Amino acid sequence: MADEIVLLSTWPSMFGMRVRVALAEKGLKYEYREEDLGNKSPLLLLMNPVHKKIPVLIHNGKPISESMIIVEYIDEVWNHKSPLLPTDPFQRAQARFWADYVDKKLYDIGKKIIWSTKEEEQETGKKEFLECLKLLEGELGDNPYFGGENFGFVDVSLVTFSCLFHTFESYGNFSIETECPKLVAWTKRCLEKESVSSSLADPHKIHDFASGVRKRLGIE
Amino acid sequence: MGEEVKLFRTWSSSFALRIVWALKIKGIEYETVFEDLSNKSPLLLQYNPVHKKVPILVHNGKPIAESFVILEYIDETWKQAPLLLEDPYERAKARFWAKFGDDKVLTSVWNVFIKQGKEQEEALVAATENLKFLEEEMKGKKFFGGERIGYVDLALGFLANLISIFEEIIGLKIVDEEKFPSLYSWMQDFAEAPIIRDNWPPRDKMIVKFQALLDATIASSSSSSK
Repeated sequence: MADEIVLLSTWPSMFGMRVRVALAEKGLKYEYREEDLGNKSPLLLLMNPVHKKIPVLIHNGKPISESMIIVEYIDEVWNHKSPLLPTDPFQRAQARFWADYVDKKLYDIGKKIIWSTKEEEQETGKKEFLECLKLLEGELGDNPYFGGENFGFVDVSLVTFSCLFHTFESYGNFSIETECPKLVAWTKRCLEKESVSSSLADPHKIHDFASGVRKRLGIE
Repeated sequence: MGEEVKLFRTWSSSFALRIVWALKIKGIEYETVFEDLSNKSPLLLQYNPVHKKVPILVHNGKPIAESFVILEYIDETWKQAPLLLEDPYERAKARFWAKFGDDKVLTSVWNVFIKQGKEQEEALVAATENLKFLEEEMKGKKFFGGERIGYVDLALGFLANLISIFEEIIGLKIVDEEKFPSLYSWMQDFAEAPIIRDNWPPRDKMIVKFQALLDATIASSSSSSK
């Protein structure tokens, strides 16, 4: 029996893009459904009643929510191809730690840069953001990927943020490449992979989208 | 080669308790290193330079931080008394509920405890909403893991102790037995389970600690609103 896979997401969501990357890494066919978060579908509300958020993966009718939990699920079910987590428990722990770091830090700090109306808050956001990226650069070291020789779990968690870089740079008035050249080199390396380039949104479209939201919020 | 397992923790940390329970359930010998967070040891800073927090598990000299990451490491390294089931869908559900516990339940319950007046009322509404989801999930089960204590029980287990401490201090019911029969009964069963019941931090010390935290918060908010 063929697997039935449905992904509920929105096109600008970096969290949804993580799932797309993972599905593409495994070569899986799935149905993508774009959600309108201002008018959530009955299916979304049924499949994620707790948070009512995207992304939601529905595999043979069963829903999984929370992007990195979905990525880990995908890795466990289709474990015969392109493993995202290593086999050694300590290395797995390191991967989970850094993916958790990305989740805990980057998204909230990044929000300060794009949505803040106060210059001081924005400056703090920029400083914290660059500190996080530099720490991640240190963790990457001389490896091609966070997963070592191969693209892995942490790479999936972080790479989708890169489509926001242009937006951060524009509103924060700084160059991420100047500050974190190794990390930007890593994003370009990841984008050479079909699974990544086919899943990430165009950074300029993301910028336009953010711009639109800022106008609606009256901060542009 | 002998196993060397060390757990860096504080006496009261709910996150560290998860690790204590997991190690004891699996029968793993370990050494406890108590930390004073106002005076962090050089070892703590060396083992967790990113967050500088506890708990930290150090296994044969290699450190692991973040309680859920540590739980999964323990489960993968010592296979006896498994905390997570084998099925990927069940594992995803367990991870989901553990995350929900920390992100939503803990936050809303903490707000009921620490906030005053209207903010407290709003926090209680949010906490009740979140607890309703747990109540649903608990129905028909003894533990979240089924017949045996599992990953989700360890993740949410601090509720079985902390909620009654908060309720005693603020004189407000958060988990009402009538509104949340399954959750209430789980809290009793879990708190009294072997291993769990032997490892709660001293209740009187907890009351003193959290009362002091609440008093300090009230004092600082009333002085800042002058």
